[in-house]
Formats: sequence, structure tokens, C-alpha cells
Amino acid sequence: MLIRSWKNKNTLKHVPTRNGYGDALVELGKTNKNVYVLSADLTDSTRVQAFKDAYPDRFVQMGVSEQSLAAIGAGMALAGKTAFISSYAAFSPGRNWEQIRTTGCLQKMNLKIAGAHAGVSVGPDGATHQMTEDIALMRVLPEMTVLVPCDANETHKATIAAAKKKGPVYLRFARAKSPVFTTPSAKFEIGKAQVLLKGSDVALIGCGPILYECMLAADQLSKLGIKTQVINNASVKPMDEKTILAAAKECGCVVTAEEAQAAGGMGSAVAELLSEEFPVPIERIGLQDEFGQSGTPQELLEHYKLTAPWIVKAAQRVIKKKR
Amino acid sequence: MPPVRDIKQLSEKKLFALEKRARDIRVDLLTMLEAAGSGHSAGPLGLADIFTALYFHVLVHNPKKPNMKDRDRLILSCGHTVPIRYTAMAHAGYFPKSELATLRQFGSRLQGHPEMTHLPGLESTSGPLGDGSPQAAGLAYIAKQEKLPWHTYCVMSDGELQAGITWEAALFAGRNTLHNMTWIIDRNNIQIDGYTEDIMPLEPLVDKFEAFNFHVIEVDGHNIREIVDACAYAQSIYEQPCVIIAHTTPGKGVDFMEFEPIWHGKPPKDKAELKRALTALRTLNGKIKAGE
Repeated sequence: MLIRSWKNKNTLKHVPTRNGYGDALVELGKTNKNVYVLSADLTDSTRVQAFKDAYPDRFVQMGVSEQSLAAIGAGMALAGKTAFISSYAAFSPGRNWEQIRTTGCLQKMNLKIAGAHAGVSVGPDGATHQMTEDIALMRVLPEMTVLVPCDANETHKATIAAAKKKGPVYLRFARAKSPVFTTPSAKFEIGKAQVLLKGSDVALIGCGPILYECMLAADQLSKLGIKTQVINNASVKPMDEKTILAAAKECGCVVTAEEAQAAGGMGSAVAELLSEEFPVPIERIGLQDEFGQSGTPQELLEHYKLTAPWIVKAAQRVIKKKR
Repeated sequence: MPPVRDIKQLSEKKLFALEKRARDIRVDLLTMLEAAGSGHSAGPLGLADIFTALYFHVLVHNPKKPNMKDRDRLILSCGHTVPIRYTAMAHAGYFPKSELATLRQFGSRLQGHPEMTHLPGLESTSGPLGDGSPQAAGLAYIAKQEKLPWHTYCVMSDGELQAGITWEAALFAGRNTLHNMTWIIDRNNIQIDGYTEDIMPLEPLVDKFEAFNFHVIEVDGHNIREIVDACAYAQSIYEQPCVIIAHTTPGKGVDFMEFEPIWHGKPPKDKAELKRALTALRTLNGKIKAGE
């Protein structure tokens, strides 16, 4: 599951999650002739260039037109194809939410929305290109599956799983390089969360590259004598309610972490579940109703309190709230 | 290139039968709308001749096998006009005419705006304007790429040409020379808030489409022979998508509904108003005598 030396960040490979998407598409293209890839003028940066080179007949250049990117992709799905539509998350699903709703979800099409450059770690491009509302936007849609993989290896598996899954799927990627800390053979299943570290004092539930920060936070907490559970909640929807509930029952408090708006995001999904089924103290790490800005990824992650030290603090606070 | 499927020449006898069919479809349409108590009158009446031509002459389809492999694809982009499609489908045998009375009711397959997951044969779900033409383009792209024999039609309103996504789809269709796709525009000049040329002018429409690399055909949208001939011509055009601008009269066939934007979004309000409308239809607006 975990790379053996995961605690030593410097020994880990650093790869952007979107690379796993690009590699998986090439693999899919070989075995599944129904896979088409559409790009809205962002072929290299969304990592679909390799698919274009390998299968030019099934690559479609759309230009800067995200609304029709979704609807034309859905039209191809009407013809029996599986359409992966690639752009930055700020534009897709940011600009084409209604087309995704109507032509993707309501029609139950095999429309796979790949949103790259999500989160503030996009860096110097600034707030316009740092999508932080996408998890909320996609999670609320009936029929939609929402996957937020934690590293390039998991992104590869999530992409393959998205192609197999019937219906619309949202895949979320980051721009920056991030540590690859899970193994290629680690299991990935839509609707299943994985307990990466066992513990009974507090549960850290994360998705996306910030999950690695949860791991580092757990390591620091364990040095303070706090037994910390870490859960990979990449399948934001459908969510593995059983594993989340079991963690809440065992630990009695929860911290969620995502590089997205705390409002409506993965942490909200956890909070909704727990408040109905088993209320425990919870802290949600994420953007607190604010936009990003220009800066280096690391500067921004620290500024918006999305790094391990902030997760440690949140864990300590939430433990105190336990009855 | 996939084999071209020719549309048969329309005989005088068949034309006469289609004109009668269009009239019967209009009668059932208004009866259905009055029973439903809500829905759009003007657009569907104006599209009756086009849908008659499509379902009873132009399209390769099988009402008993709505998912038949190589059927032509008919996308209705302006979902609010779906009552005419439902009526034409019932006439064609997709489902019993008696089901028309369930329009817009709880549990009905005939949703207020068409939903492909509810009723086989609809091909797509529509309502939010502008989403149909790009889906038609996606279908046509695949058919062209994989050399499939079917033609994709998209019936759309003129009002929805104001949506930017329509022109994204037009750019895509022109660039990819989707000659296996034809858009049919219901050019009735009205939209909810009034006349299109007052709300947000569309003219010169022919020039616009030509600039997007479409082959443009203009027809009288109530002349079934012209409609059929235009479709046959459109299917024969190579290396260009086609658009048929069908000039129609909103509310066609019912004198007090024709050209009136107020009839865009409402049905006959009661049995008396329905009777007036049906009488207008059956007497050609009082020009001839006919039974009730």
C-alpha cells in the first residue's frame, strides 16, 4: 500500500498527479477502442499529448470551448463511446456545469471530466486558475462519481476505474509535483476508502495530494503520543460510509483535509454523514471561504494552512473537544 | 466513405397522406396540451409539418426497435417543443396514442421536457437551450470517424441560436466537415420575451452559417415537399454540414395562435378554447366546412 520510505519525503519520487492520468489513458487506448479523449486547447498540460500521439484518430481537439467540450463529449457517449474531456478544473467543470448536469448526469452518459490544475498549489497563475469549488460543484450532482486521487500512482488507477464505471465521473488533478507515496499495486476501488495508518485517538481523513501532509502530521502526532488514524478518502462520491463511521467510532473525533473550499467539499460530505449517523467533534481543513492568489505552491499551501503543522494543530484542537 | 442512404422521392399520393397526417398530429397535439394544462403551443404547432416529414418519410428508424443499430439520429435541441415530437412518435407507433394524455403528469414517460432515460426513442434529454447541436455534432463526429451509415438531424429553435454554445458547435462542425449532420432551424421569429429581432437579432442568419462553413438551405417550413427535398439535398452535400432554415409560422393552423408570442409557452386554457382551436384546424381557419 504505502511506499516503505514514505516518511522520508526527499527519497520519494515527486510527480504531478495529472501524469498518472496521461499514462493511464495511453494504457486504456490500447485495450478499449471506445475511449475518445477531447482536449480544450490544453493538450500538453493536461497530459493527453501521449494519447494524441498514440491514437490520433481518437483524439479530438476542441479549442477554447468548454461548454461544447462537455456536450460534444456527451454526444460521442450517445454514440456508445467513453469520452474523457480534459481541461483545467476552473473551466471544466467551472464553466460547463449545466452541460455536465444535463448531457452528462441526467442522460447517464459515459462522460469523464478530467479537471487539472485544481487547488491553490497551481501557484503563480493565481486565483483565476486555482479551482477550489469543483468538489462541491460535482458532488451535488445526482449520478456523478467524484474521485480525488492522492498521487500519480493512484491517479493512474482512478482513471482506469473511471473508464470502467458506467456514467459520468469527475477526476481531479493538481498541477504541482507531489510525493508518490502509495505503491502501484495498492488497491483502488470506487466507493472504498483505505485506512493507511491505524490509530484510535484521532482520525485524519484526506483526499488528493494533501493526504501526504496528513501522513506527515500523523507521524508528528505519534511522536507526541497521539495514536492517529489516516484514511484515504479519494472516492469522495460514492463515499465509503462504513470505513468513515468506523473511524469516527474508534477515534471519537475527526479532521478532514482537502485542497478545496471547506464548504461543500469532501469534509462537508464527512460532516453530513457523521452529524446524521454518529456525531463527533470535527475540524475541516480547506479554503475558508476565500480565493487563492499568486505565489509558489509551498508558500500558498502554508498561507492557507494546508500543510502538516496545521493539520497537527487541528488534530490537537479536535481531541480537546472530545467528551 | 459510408454508403449514402437516399431519401425516396415523394409521390403526390404520399404527399397528400403526409399533409393529412400533419393535420391529425396537430389535432392530437392540442388535445394533449389542453389535457396537460401546461406546455408550449406555438412552437410545436409550427413544427408539425417538419416532424411529419421526418418521422414519416425522411428518417431511417423503427418504432418497434427504437435502439436499432444504424437508425438515423434525431436530436431535439429545443426541448420545450417536445409535445410535437411525442405526438409524431405516437402516430409513428412508438407508444399508444392514449399515453399522450399523460403529458407532464406524475409518473409519465412524457416528461415536460424530453428525457431519454424515460422514453425510448428520444435520443437525448433536452430543455436547457443550446445543448442539442453540440451533442448532434458529437454523434456525427463518431459516425464520420467510424464510417457509420446514419445521418444526424438536430431540430433547433431560432431563439437558442443566441446561446454561445451553438456557435461553438458550429465551429466544430465546420472544422470537422460533418457532412453527415443537418441542423433544422425552426425560424419562427418568436421567443418568450417577444420577437427575436427585437430581443437579440439573429440576421443575417444565412451569412452567419455560411461563414461557419455550413451549406445553407432555406425552405417554407410548412411545405412538406420542400422539407423532404431539402433533407435529401442536405444528405447529398459532401464536406460540409448543412443547415436548413425552415421559415415557419408559430401556432400554424390555428388563426388566433399564429404569430402571437403569448402562445409560446401556454396550452389552450379549457375545453372551449381547445374546441375553437380544433375547429380552426379542421376548417383551415374557416375557409372550408368540416365536421367537429
